[in-house]
Amino acid sequence: MKTHLLHLALIGLLFALGFILPDYHQGNFSRIMVLAIYAMGYNVMFGYTGMLSLGHAMFFAAGMYGFGLSVQLGDLGVIPAMLLALLGTAAFAALVGALSLRTIGVGFMIVTLMFAQAVYLTILYAGKYTRGDEGFVLQPEARTIAGMALNQPDIRYFTALMLFGLVLLGTGLLVRSNFGSVLVAVRENEERTRMLGYDVIAHKMGAVVVSGVISGLSGATYAALFGYVGASFATVQYSIFPLLWVLLGGMGTTLGPFVGALLMFYLIDYSSGLTNAYMLIVGVALVLLVLFARAGIIGEIRKRWVPWLP
Amino acid sequence: MNLHLETKGLTRIYGGLHAVSDVDFSLERGKIHALIGPNGAGKSTFVGMVSGRIPASSGTVMFEGQDISNLPAHKRMRRGMAYTFQITAIYANLTLAQNIALALQDRNRDKALTALKRIGLEDRIDQIAGDLSYGHQRLLEIAMGVAQNPRLLILDEPTQGLAESEIVQFQTLIRSLAGDTTILLIEHNMDVVMALAEQITVLNMGQVLATGTPQDIQSNAAVQAAYLGTE
Repeated sequence: MKTHLLHLALIGLLFALGFILPDYHQGNFSRIMVLAIYAMGYNVMFGYTGMLSLGHAMFFAAGMYGFGLSVQLGDLGVIPAMLLALLGTAAFAALVGALSLRTIGVGFMIVTLMFAQAVYLTILYAGKYTRGDEGFVLQPEARTIAGMALNQPDIRYFTALMLFGLVLLGTGLLVRSNFGSVLVAVRENEERTRMLGYDVIAHKMGAVVVSGVISGLSGATYAALFGYVGASFATVQYSIFPLLWVLLGGMGTTLGPFVGALLMFYLIDYSSGLTNAYMLIVGVALVLLVLFARAGIIGEIRKRWVPWLP
Repeated sequence: MNLHLETKGLTRIYGGLHAVSDVDFSLERGKIHALIGPNGAGKSTFVGMVSGRIPASSGTVMFEGQDISNLPAHKRMRRGMAYTFQITAIYANLTLAQNIALALQDRNRDKALTALKRIGLEDRIDQIAGDLSYGHQRLLEIAMGVAQNPRLLILDEPTQGLAESEIVQFQTLIRSLAGDTTILLIEHNMDVVMALAEQITVLNMGQVLATGTPQDIQSNAAVQAAYLGTE
Protein backbone atom coordinates (compact mmCIF):
# COMPACT_ATOMS: atom_id res chain seq x y z
CA MET A 1 0.00 0.00 0.00
CA LYS A 2 2.77 2.41 1.01
CA THR A 3 4.46 1.54 -2.27
CA HIS A 4 1.50 2.63 -4.35
CA LEU A 5 0.92 5.78 -2.30
CA LEU A 6 4.53 6.76 -2.81
CA HIS A 7 4.25 6.21 -6.54
CA LEU A 8 0.98 8.15 -6.71
CA ALA A 9 2.62 10.98 -4.80
CA LEU A 10 5.42 11.19 -7.37
CA ILE A 11 2.90 11.11 -10.21
CA GLY A 12 0.91 13.87 -8.47
CA LEU A 13 4.05 15.96 -8.04
CA LEU A 14 4.94 15.57 -11.72
CA PHE A 15 1.36 16.45 -12.65
CA ALA A 16 1.62 19.70 -10.69
CA LEU A 17 5.03 20.43 -12.18
CA GLY A 18 3.43 20.14 -15.61
CA PHE A 19 1.63 23.41 -14.92
CA ILE A 20 4.42 25.37 -13.28
CA LEU A 21 7.64 24.35 -15.00
CA PRO A 22 9.04 26.87 -17.46
CA ASP A 23 8.88 25.76 -21.10
CA TYR A 24 12.47 24.67 -21.32
CA HIS A 25 12.30 22.45 -18.25
CA GLN A 26 8.87 21.15 -19.15
CA GLY A 27 10.38 19.88 -22.41
CA ASN A 28 13.26 18.32 -20.53
CA PHE A 29 10.92 16.60 -18.11
CA SER A 30 8.86 15.14 -20.97
CA ARG A 31 12.03 13.62 -22.34
CA ILE A 32 13.21 12.45 -18.91
CA MET A 33 9.92 10.70 -18.18
CA VAL A 34 10.08 8.83 -21.50
CA LEU A 35 13.70 7.85 -20.85
CA ALA A 36 12.76 6.85 -17.30
CA ILE A 37 10.31 4.34 -18.81
CA TYR A 38 13.28 2.87 -20.64
CA ALA A 39 15.26 2.76 -17.40
CA MET A 40 12.36 1.09 -15.56
CA GLY A 41 12.24 -1.57 -18.26
CA TYR A 42 15.96 -2.12 -17.92
CA ASN A 43 15.62 -2.31 -14.14
CA VAL A 44 13.18 -5.24 -14.33
CA MET A 45 15.90 -7.36 -15.86
CA PHE A 46 19.03 -5.86 -14.33
CA GLY A 47 17.87 -4.54 -10.96
CA TYR A 48 15.33 -7.19 -10.00
CA THR A 49 16.44 -10.31 -11.86
CA GLY A 50 20.18 -9.65 -11.80
CA MET A 51 20.75 -10.11 -15.53
CA LEU A 52 23.16 -7.54 -16.93
CA SER A 53 22.30 -6.75 -20.55
CA LEU A 54 24.62 -4.60 -22.63
CA GLY A 55 22.25 -4.51 -25.58
CA HIS A 56 19.00 -3.03 -24.40
CA ALA A 57 19.06 -0.43 -27.17
CA MET A 58 17.80 -3.21 -29.42
CA PHE A 59 14.48 -3.23 -27.55
CA PHE A 60 14.29 0.57 -27.46
CA ALA A 61 15.01 0.60 -31.20
CA ALA A 62 12.54 -2.23 -31.87
CA GLY A 63 9.77 -0.13 -30.32
CA MET A 64 10.93 3.05 -31.99
CA TYR A 65 11.24 1.56 -35.48
CA GLY A 66 8.20 -0.66 -35.05
CA PHE A 67 6.21 2.49 -34.35
CA GLY A 68 7.98 4.82 -36.78
CA LEU A 69 7.85 2.48 -39.75
CA SER A 70 4.20 1.58 -39.09
CA VAL A 71 3.34 5.28 -39.22
CA GLN A 72 5.68 6.23 -42.05
CA LEU A 73 5.28 3.26 -44.37
CA GLY A 74 2.05 1.70 -43.11
CA ASP A 75 0.10 4.94 -42.66
CA LEU A 76 -1.20 3.65 -39.33
CA GLY A 77 -2.62 5.90 -36.62
CA VAL A 78 -0.67 6.46 -33.40
CA ILE A 79 -2.51 3.88 -31.28
CA PRO A 80 -2.54 0.99 -33.78
CA ALA A 81 1.11 1.71 -34.59
CA MET A 82 1.94 1.70 -30.88
CA LEU A 83 0.20 -1.66 -30.34
CA LEU A 84 1.93 -3.16 -33.36
CA ALA A 85 5.28 -1.88 -32.09
CA LEU A 86 4.69 -3.45 -28.66
CA LEU A 87 3.63 -6.79 -30.15
CA GLY A 88 6.67 -6.78 -32.40
CA THR A 89 8.98 -5.95 -29.50
CA ALA A 90 7.45 -8.73 -27.38
CA ALA A 91 8.03 -11.30 -30.13
CA PHE A 92 11.55 -10.01 -30.68
CA ALA A 93 12.32 -10.10 -26.94
CA ALA A 94 11.06 -13.70 -26.75
CA LEU A 95 13.38 -14.65 -29.60
CA VAL A 96 16.35 -12.88 -28.01
CA GLY A 97 15.51 -14.53 -24.67
CA ALA A 98 15.25 -18.00 -26.21
CA LEU A 99 18.71 -17.64 -27.72
CA SER A 100 20.55 -15.64 -25.08
CA LEU A 101 19.30 -17.48 -21.97
CA ARG A 102 21.56 -20.37 -22.91
CA THR A 103 24.31 -18.17 -21.50
CA ILE A 104 24.81 -16.55 -18.10
CA GLY A 105 26.96 -13.79 -16.63
CA VAL A 106 29.64 -12.45 -18.95
CA GLY A 107 28.44 -14.67 -21.78
CA PHE A 108 24.99 -13.12 -21.49
CA MET A 109 26.46 -9.61 -21.60
CA ILE A 110 28.41 -10.39 -24.78
CA VAL A 111 25.47 -12.11 -26.47
CA THR A 112 23.11 -9.19 -25.79
CA LEU A 113 25.78 -6.74 -26.98
CA MET A 114 26.14 -8.71 -30.22
CA PHE A 115 22.39 -8.93 -30.79
CA ALA A 116 22.11 -5.17 -30.32
CA GLN A 117 24.95 -4.64 -32.77
CA ALA A 118 23.15 -6.89 -35.27
CA VAL A 119 19.99 -4.80 -34.86
CA TYR A 120 21.95 -1.58 -35.39
CA LEU A 121 23.60 -2.94 -38.53
CA THR A 122 20.25 -4.22 -39.81
CA ILE A 123 18.83 -0.70 -39.47
CA LEU A 124 21.72 0.66 -41.52
CA TYR A 125 21.47 -2.18 -44.05
CA ALA A 126 17.76 -1.55 -44.59
CA GLY A 127 18.56 2.09 -45.29
CA LYS A 128 16.02 2.21 -48.10
CA TYR A 129 13.26 2.10 -45.47
CA THR A 130 14.98 3.33 -42.34
CA ARG A 131 17.12 6.04 -43.96
CA GLY A 132 20.05 4.67 -41.98
CA ASP A 133 22.11 7.01 -39.83
CA GLU A 134 20.22 10.04 -40.95
CA GLY A 135 16.90 8.65 -39.73
CA PHE A 136 13.53 10.14 -40.58
CA VAL A 137 11.12 12.67 -39.18
CA LEU A 138 7.51 11.79 -38.41
CA GLN A 139 5.36 14.67 -39.59
CA PRO A 140 3.24 16.39 -36.91
CA GLU A 141 0.05 15.56 -38.86
CA ALA A 142 0.81 11.87 -38.43
CA ARG A 143 1.25 12.29 -34.67
CA THR A 144 -2.21 13.06 -33.41
CA ILE A 145 -4.63 11.13 -31.22
CA ALA A 146 -8.29 12.12 -31.61
CA GLY A 147 -7.30 15.55 -32.87
CA MET A 148 -4.72 16.19 -30.15
CA ALA A 149 -1.33 17.05 -31.57
CA LEU A 150 1.38 15.16 -29.70
CA ASN A 151 4.00 17.76 -30.63
CA GLN A 152 2.16 20.36 -28.58
CA PRO A 153 4.27 20.81 -25.38
CA ASP A 154 1.49 20.41 -22.80
CA ILE A 155 -0.04 17.39 -24.51
CA ARG A 156 3.42 15.91 -24.92
CA TYR A 157 4.16 16.39 -21.23
CA PHE A 158 0.93 14.84 -19.98
CA THR A 159 1.10 11.94 -22.46
CA ALA A 160 4.62 11.19 -21.23
CA LEU A 161 3.41 11.47 -17.63
CA MET A 162 0.47 9.16 -18.24
CA LEU A 163 2.64 6.42 -19.70
CA PHE A 164 5.35 6.99 -17.09
CA GLY A 165 2.73 6.71 -14.35
CA LEU A 166 1.29 3.50 -15.78
CA VAL A 167 4.69 1.86 -15.98
CA LEU A 168 5.68 3.07 -12.50
CA LEU A 169 2.49 1.67 -10.94
CA GLY A 170 2.90 -1.46 -13.06
CA THR A 171 6.42 -2.11 -11.82
CA GLY A 172 5.16 -1.44 -8.29
CA LEU A 173 2.62 -4.23 -8.76
CA LEU A 174 5.17 -6.47 -10.44
CA VAL A 175 7.78 -6.31 -7.69
CA ARG A 176 5.15 -6.96 -5.04
CA SER A 177 3.76 -9.96 -6.94
CA ASN A 178 4.77 -13.61 -6.54
CA PHE A 179 6.42 -13.43 -9.94
CA GLY A 180 8.46 -10.43 -8.82
CA SER A 181 9.59 -12.08 -5.62
CA VAL A 182 10.81 -15.10 -7.60
CA LEU A 183 12.76 -12.74 -9.89
CA VAL A 184 14.50 -11.33 -6.82
CA ALA A 185 15.15 -14.89 -5.65
CA VAL A 186 16.78 -15.67 -9.00
CA ARG A 187 18.96 -12.57 -8.60
CA GLU A 188 19.95 -13.50 -5.06
CA ASN A 189 20.65 -17.20 -5.56
CA GLU A 190 19.79 -18.90 -8.80
CA GLU A 191 20.73 -22.43 -7.75
CA ARG A 192 18.79 -22.22 -4.50
CA THR A 193 15.76 -20.99 -6.41
CA ARG A 194 15.94 -23.87 -8.86
CA MET A 195 16.24 -26.32 -5.96
CA LEU A 196 13.11 -24.86 -4.36
CA GLY A 197 11.24 -26.04 -7.43
CA TYR A 198 11.04 -22.83 -9.47
CA ASP A 199 11.53 -22.89 -13.22
CA VAL A 200 14.37 -20.37 -13.35
CA ILE A 201 14.60 -20.23 -17.14
CA ALA A 202 10.87 -19.52 -17.51
CA HIS A 203 11.11 -16.70 -14.97
CA LYS A 204 14.14 -15.20 -16.70
CA MET A 205 12.29 -15.45 -19.98
CA GLY A 206 9.37 -13.56 -18.43
CA ALA A 207 11.77 -10.89 -17.20
CA VAL A 208 13.35 -10.48 -20.66
CA VAL A 209 9.96 -10.10 -22.33
CA VAL A 210 8.55 -7.67 -19.74
CA SER A 211 11.77 -5.68 -19.73
CA GLY A 212 11.93 -5.66 -23.54
CA VAL A 213 8.32 -4.55 -23.95
CA ILE A 214 8.66 -1.68 -21.45
CA SER A 215 11.86 -0.57 -23.21
CA GLY A 216 10.08 -0.83 -26.55
CA LEU A 217 7.21 1.27 -25.18
CA SER A 218 9.74 3.93 -24.32
CA GLY A 219 11.22 3.87 -27.84
CA ALA A 220 7.81 4.05 -29.48
CA THR A 221 6.71 6.87 -27.19
CA TYR A 222 9.90 8.78 -27.90
CA ALA A 223 9.18 8.60 -31.64
CA ALA A 224 5.54 9.57 -31.13
CA LEU A 225 6.27 12.57 -28.92
CA PHE A 226 9.47 13.90 -30.45
CA GLY A 227 8.86 12.88 -34.05
CA TYR A 228 12.30 11.54 -34.86
CA VAL A 229 13.45 7.98 -35.58
CA GLY A 230 17.18 7.41 -36.04
CA ALA A 231 19.84 4.74 -35.86
CA SER A 232 21.74 6.63 -33.14
CA PHE A 233 19.14 5.28 -30.69
CA ALA A 234 20.27 1.75 -31.51
CA THR A 235 23.95 2.36 -30.76
CA VAL A 236 25.94 0.98 -27.85
CA GLN A 237 25.63 4.35 -26.14
CA TYR A 238 21.89 3.85 -25.79
CA SER A 239 22.49 0.41 -24.31
CA ILE A 240 24.81 1.88 -21.69
CA PHE A 241 22.56 4.82 -20.73
CA PRO A 242 19.87 2.79 -18.94
CA LEU A 243 22.59 0.90 -17.07
CA LEU A 244 24.03 4.21 -15.84
CA TRP A 245 20.63 5.65 -14.95
CA VAL A 246 19.72 2.57 -12.95
CA LEU A 247 23.10 2.42 -11.20
CA LEU A 248 22.90 6.10 -10.32
CA GLY A 249 19.30 6.00 -9.12
CA GLY A 250 19.51 2.60 -7.43
CA MET A 251 19.20 -0.84 -8.98
CA GLY A 252 16.28 -2.88 -7.78
CA THR A 253 14.32 0.14 -6.59
CA THR A 254 11.16 1.33 -8.34
CA LEU A 255 12.03 5.04 -8.10
CA GLY A 256 15.72 4.67 -8.92
CA PRO A 257 15.33 4.65 -12.71
CA PHE A 258 13.49 7.98 -12.69
CA VAL A 259 15.88 9.60 -10.21
CA GLY A 260 18.89 8.35 -12.18
CA ALA A 261 17.54 9.51 -15.54
CA LEU A 262 16.62 12.91 -14.07
CA LEU A 263 20.00 13.55 -12.48
CA MET A 264 22.03 12.27 -15.41
CA PHE A 265 20.00 14.34 -17.84
CA TYR A 266 20.54 17.54 -15.89
CA LEU A 267 24.15 16.69 -15.15
CA ILE A 268 24.84 16.40 -18.87
CA ASP A 269 22.66 19.42 -19.63
CA TYR A 270 24.44 21.59 -17.07
CA SER A 271 28.00 20.39 -17.66
CA SER A 272 27.76 20.64 -21.43
CA GLY A 273 27.02 24.32 -20.88
CA LEU A 274 30.35 24.63 -19.05
CA THR A 275 32.66 22.58 -21.19
CA ASN A 276 32.89 20.39 -24.26
CA ALA A 277 34.40 17.68 -22.07
CA TYR A 278 31.12 17.14 -20.27
CA MET A 279 31.52 13.38 -20.34
CA LEU A 280 34.49 13.90 -18.02
CA ILE A 281 32.17 15.45 -15.43
CA VAL A 282 29.73 12.59 -15.86
CA GLY A 283 32.61 10.16 -15.42
CA VAL A 284 33.73 11.81 -12.20
CA ALA A 285 30.16 11.68 -10.90
CA LEU A 286 30.03 7.96 -11.60
CA VAL A 287 33.36 7.35 -9.89
CA LEU A 288 32.07 9.19 -6.81
CA LEU A 289 28.93 7.07 -6.94
CA VAL A 290 30.90 3.84 -7.01
CA LEU A 291 33.09 5.05 -4.15
CA PHE A 292 30.45 6.45 -1.83
CA ALA A 293 26.99 5.25 -2.80
CA ARG A 294 27.24 1.83 -4.37
CA ALA A 295 23.58 1.06 -4.03
CA GLY A 296 22.69 4.24 -5.96
CA ILE A 297 20.77 7.19 -4.55
CA ILE A 298 17.47 5.49 -3.72
CA GLY A 299 19.33 2.32 -2.82
CA GLU A 300 21.40 4.19 -0.21
CA ILE A 301 18.31 5.91 1.17
CA ARG A 302 16.67 2.52 1.52
CA LYS A 303 19.74 1.03 3.15
CA ARG A 304 20.24 3.83 5.64
CA TRP A 305 16.88 5.32 6.47
CA VAL A 306 13.79 3.88 4.79
CA PRO A 307 14.00 0.09 4.60
CA TRP A 308 10.48 -0.38 3.24
CA LEU A 309 11.21 1.45 -0.04
CA PRO A 310 10.15 -0.77 -2.95
CA MET B 1 8.97 -53.17 1.35
CA ASN B 2 7.57 -49.87 0.16
CA LEU B 3 10.14 -48.26 -2.11
CA HIS B 4 10.15 -44.48 -2.34
CA LEU B 5 13.25 -43.97 -4.41
CA GLU B 6 15.31 -46.39 -6.42
CA THR B 7 18.38 -45.92 -8.57
CA LYS B 8 19.73 -48.45 -11.04
CA GLY B 9 23.24 -48.31 -12.44
CA LEU B 10 23.58 -44.64 -11.58
CA THR B 11 26.96 -43.42 -12.84
CA ARG B 12 28.75 -40.12 -13.13
CA ILE B 13 32.06 -39.80 -14.93
CA TYR B 14 34.17 -36.63 -14.68
CA GLY B 15 36.78 -36.82 -17.40
CA GLY B 16 38.15 -40.30 -16.86
CA LEU B 17 37.20 -40.45 -13.18
CA HIS B 18 34.22 -42.52 -12.10
CA ALA B 19 32.93 -40.30 -9.29
CA VAL B 20 29.89 -42.54 -8.89
CA SER B 21 29.95 -45.90 -10.52
CA ASP B 22 26.95 -48.14 -11.20
CA VAL B 23 25.10 -47.48 -7.95
CA ASP B 24 21.94 -49.48 -7.24
CA PHE B 25 20.24 -47.94 -4.27
CA SER B 26 16.80 -48.10 -2.74
CA LEU B 27 15.12 -46.01 -0.15
CA GLU B 28 12.18 -47.18 1.93
CA ARG B 29 9.27 -44.82 2.42
CA GLY B 30 9.20 -42.98 5.72
CA LYS B 31 12.67 -44.08 6.80
CA ILE B 32 15.73 -42.08 7.75
CA HIS B 33 18.51 -43.38 5.57
CA ALA B 34 22.08 -42.16 6.02
CA LEU B 35 24.69 -42.09 3.31
CA ILE B 36 28.20 -42.16 4.69
CA GLY B 37 31.68 -42.60 3.32
CA PRO B 38 35.10 -40.96 3.27
CA ASN B 39 35.68 -37.63 1.53
CA GLY B 40 35.51 -38.02 -2.22
CA ALA B 41 33.42 -41.19 -2.00
CA GLY B 42 30.82 -39.66 -4.31
CA LYS B 43 28.04 -38.95 -1.79
CA SER B 44 27.27 -35.41 -2.93
CA THR B 45 27.53 -36.38 -6.59
CA PHE B 46 25.10 -39.22 -5.95
CA VAL B 47 22.44 -37.07 -4.29
CA GLY B 48 23.12 -34.42 -6.94
CA MET B 49 22.03 -36.96 -9.55
CA VAL B 50 19.01 -37.99 -7.49
CA SER B 51 17.89 -34.36 -7.16
CA GLY B 52 18.74 -33.45 -10.75
CA ARG B 53 21.42 -30.86 -9.99
CA ILE B 54 24.04 -33.02 -11.64
CA PRO B 55 23.21 -34.88 -14.86
CA ALA B 56 23.88 -38.60 -14.69
CA SER B 57 26.27 -40.13 -17.20
CA SER B 58 24.09 -43.24 -17.20
CA GLY B 59 21.55 -45.05 -15.07
CA THR B 60 17.99 -44.38 -13.94
CA VAL B 61 16.26 -42.75 -10.98
CA MET B 62 12.78 -43.93 -10.03
CA PHE B 63 10.77 -41.76 -7.63
CA GLU B 64 7.41 -42.99 -6.34
CA GLY B 65 7.26 -45.55 -9.08
CA GLN B 66 8.01 -43.20 -11.95
CA ASP B 67 11.15 -42.74 -13.97
CA ILE B 68 12.38 -39.18 -13.34
CA SER B 69 15.81 -39.62 -14.93
CA ASN B 70 15.08 -37.06 -17.63
CA LEU B 71 13.32 -34.44 -15.51
CA PRO B 72 15.11 -31.16 -14.73
CA ALA B 73 15.80 -30.43 -11.05
CA HIS B 74 12.93 -27.98 -10.51
CA LYS B 75 10.37 -30.52 -11.75
CA ARG B 76 11.76 -33.18 -9.41
CA MET B 77 11.37 -30.73 -6.51
CA ARG B 78 7.79 -30.04 -7.59
CA ARG B 79 7.08 -33.74 -7.39
CA GLY B 80 7.76 -33.76 -3.67
CA MET B 81 11.50 -33.60 -3.08
CA ALA B 82 13.46 -30.99 -1.18
CA TYR B 83 17.19 -30.51 -1.06
CA THR B 84 19.49 -28.68 1.32
CA PHE B 85 22.96 -27.73 0.21
CA GLN B 86 26.24 -28.78 1.77
CA ILE B 87 27.46 -25.20 1.47
CA THR B 88 24.80 -23.00 3.02
CA ALA B 89 22.57 -21.61 0.28
CA ILE B 90 20.03 -19.22 1.70
CA TYR B 91 19.02 -15.79 0.42
CA ALA B 92 21.51 -13.81 2.48
CA ASN B 93 20.12 -10.38 1.53
CA LEU B 94 16.48 -11.22 2.23
CA THR B 95 14.68 -11.51 5.55
CA LEU B 96 13.91 -14.81 7.19
CA ALA B 97 10.25 -14.27 6.34
CA GLN B 98 11.11 -13.86 2.66
CA ASN B 99 13.37 -16.91 2.70
CA ILE B 100 10.65 -19.08 4.17
CA ALA B 101 7.99 -17.60 1.88
CA LEU B 102 10.01 -18.62 -1.16
CA ALA B 103 10.34 -22.15 0.20
CA LEU B 104 6.64 -22.33 1.05
CA GLN B 105 5.66 -20.69 -2.24
CA ASP B 106 3.26 -18.77 -0.05
CA ARG B 107 3.71 -15.37 1.58
CA ASN B 108 1.43 -16.00 4.53
CA ARG B 109 3.19 -14.65 7.62
CA ASP B 110 1.63 -17.08 10.07
CA LYS B 111 2.86 -20.02 8.05
CA ALA B 112 6.34 -18.50 8.01
CA LEU B 113 6.19 -18.09 11.79
CA THR B 114 5.15 -21.70 12.25
CA ALA B 115 8.03 -22.87 10.07
CA LEU B 116 10.53 -20.73 12.00
CA LYS B 117 9.21 -21.95 15.36
CA ARG B 118 10.42 -25.43 14.50
CA ILE B 119 14.02 -24.14 14.66
CA GLY B 120 13.38 -21.56 17.37
CA LEU B 121 14.06 -18.53 15.18
CA GLU B 122 10.55 -17.07 15.14
CA ASP B 123 11.72 -13.94 16.96
CA ARG B 124 14.09 -13.16 14.14
CA ILE B 125 11.52 -13.32 11.35
CA ASP B 126 12.27 -9.80 10.09
CA GLN B 127 16.04 -10.01 10.33
CA ILE B 128 18.21 -10.26 7.24
CA ALA B 129 19.23 -13.90 6.88
CA GLY B 130 22.87 -13.03 6.17
CA ASP B 131 23.13 -11.39 9.62
CA LEU B 132 22.40 -14.68 11.39
CA SER B 133 25.20 -16.72 12.92
CA TYR B 134 26.50 -19.55 10.75
CA GLY B 135 24.70 -22.19 12.79
CA HIS B 136 21.41 -20.33 12.55
CA GLN B 137 21.86 -19.98 8.79
CA ARG B 138 22.29 -23.77 8.57
CA LEU B 139 19.13 -24.24 10.62
CA LEU B 140 17.27 -21.77 8.39
CA GLU B 141 18.29 -23.75 5.35
CA ILE B 142 17.03 -26.95 6.94
CA ALA B 143 13.80 -25.18 7.93
CA MET B 144 13.35 -24.11 4.31
CA GLY B 145 13.67 -27.73 3.22
CA VAL B 146 11.14 -28.82 5.85
CA ALA B 147 8.79 -25.93 4.97
CA GLN B 148 8.42 -27.27 1.45
CA ASN B 149 6.61 -30.17 3.08
CA PRO B 150 8.45 -32.71 0.94
CA ARG B 151 7.82 -36.42 0.89
CA LEU B 152 11.56 -36.93 0.34
CA LEU B 153 14.02 -34.63 2.08
CA ILE B 154 17.65 -34.78 1.00
CA LEU B 155 20.10 -33.27 3.51
CA ASP B 156 23.72 -32.83 2.45
CA GLU B 157 25.83 -32.64 5.62
CA PRO B 158 23.28 -30.64 7.60
CA THR B 159 25.15 -30.58 10.91
CA GLN B 160 28.44 -29.32 9.53
CA GLY B 161 29.38 -26.27 11.59
CA LEU B 162 26.51 -26.62 14.07
CA ALA B 163 27.15 -26.28 17.80
CA GLU B 164 26.24 -29.21 20.07
CA SER B 165 22.99 -27.58 21.21
CA GLU B 166 22.01 -26.88 17.60
CA ILE B 167 22.71 -30.49 16.69
CA VAL B 168 20.26 -31.55 19.39
CA GLN B 169 17.70 -29.13 17.93
CA PHE B 170 18.34 -30.55 14.47
CA GLN B 171 17.85 -34.11 15.67
CA THR B 172 14.58 -33.21 17.35
CA LEU B 173 13.38 -31.58 14.13
CA ILE B 174 14.30 -34.58 12.01
CA ARG B 175 12.69 -37.05 14.42
CA SER B 176 9.49 -35.01 14.31
CA LEU B 177 9.32 -35.67 10.57
CA ALA B 178 9.97 -39.40 10.83
CA GLY B 179 7.28 -41.64 9.49
CA ASP B 180 5.75 -39.03 7.18
CA THR B 181 8.85 -37.87 5.37
CA THR B 182 11.53 -40.03 3.88
CA ILE B 183 14.95 -38.62 4.72
CA LEU B 184 18.17 -39.17 2.84
CA LEU B 185 20.97 -37.86 4.99
CA ILE B 186 24.61 -37.37 4.09
CA GLU B 187 26.46 -37.01 7.35
CA HIS B 188 29.99 -37.12 8.70
CA ASN B 189 29.13 -36.90 12.37
CA MET B 190 28.82 -40.55 13.34
CA ASP B 191 26.99 -39.74 16.58
CA VAL B 192 24.24 -38.08 14.54
CA VAL B 193 24.15 -40.98 12.10
CA MET B 194 23.89 -43.57 14.83
CA ALA B 195 21.25 -41.57 16.67
CA LEU B 196 19.00 -40.95 13.67
CA ALA B 197 19.52 -43.47 10.91
CA GLU B 198 17.41 -46.56 10.49
CA GLN B 199 19.33 -47.64 7.42
CA ILE B 200 22.88 -46.81 6.38
CA THR B 201 24.57 -47.07 3.01
CA VAL B 202 28.33 -46.76 2.82
CA LEU B 203 29.88 -45.40 -0.35
CA ASN B 204 33.55 -45.78 -1.10
CA MET B 205 35.34 -44.82 -4.31
CA GLY B 206 31.99 -44.22 -5.99
CA GLN B 207 30.64 -47.67 -5.21
CA VAL B 208 28.31 -49.11 -2.60
CA LEU B 209 30.41 -50.87 0.00
CA ALA B 210 27.60 -51.98 2.28
CA THR B 211 23.98 -51.32 3.17
CA GLY B 212 22.22 -52.26 6.38
CA THR B 213 21.08 -51.27 9.83
CA PRO B 214 23.46 -49.26 12.04
CA GLN B 215 24.36 -52.46 13.89
CA ASP B 216 25.18 -54.28 10.64
CA ILE B 217 27.36 -51.44 9.47
CA GLN B 218 29.23 -51.10 12.74
CA SER B 219 30.15 -54.75 12.65
CA ASN B 220 30.95 -54.89 8.95
CA ALA B 221 34.62 -55.67 8.48
CA ALA B 222 34.90 -54.09 5.04
CA VAL B 223 33.42 -50.85 6.31
CA GLN B 224 35.74 -50.79 9.26
CA ALA B 225 38.71 -51.26 6.98
CA ALA B 226 37.69 -48.61 4.47
CA TYR B 227 36.09 -45.99 6.60
CA LEU B 228 36.14 -46.32 10.32
CA GLY B 229 39.80 -47.30 10.19
CA THR B 230 41.58 -50.37 11.49
CA GLU B 231 43.39 -50.47 14.79
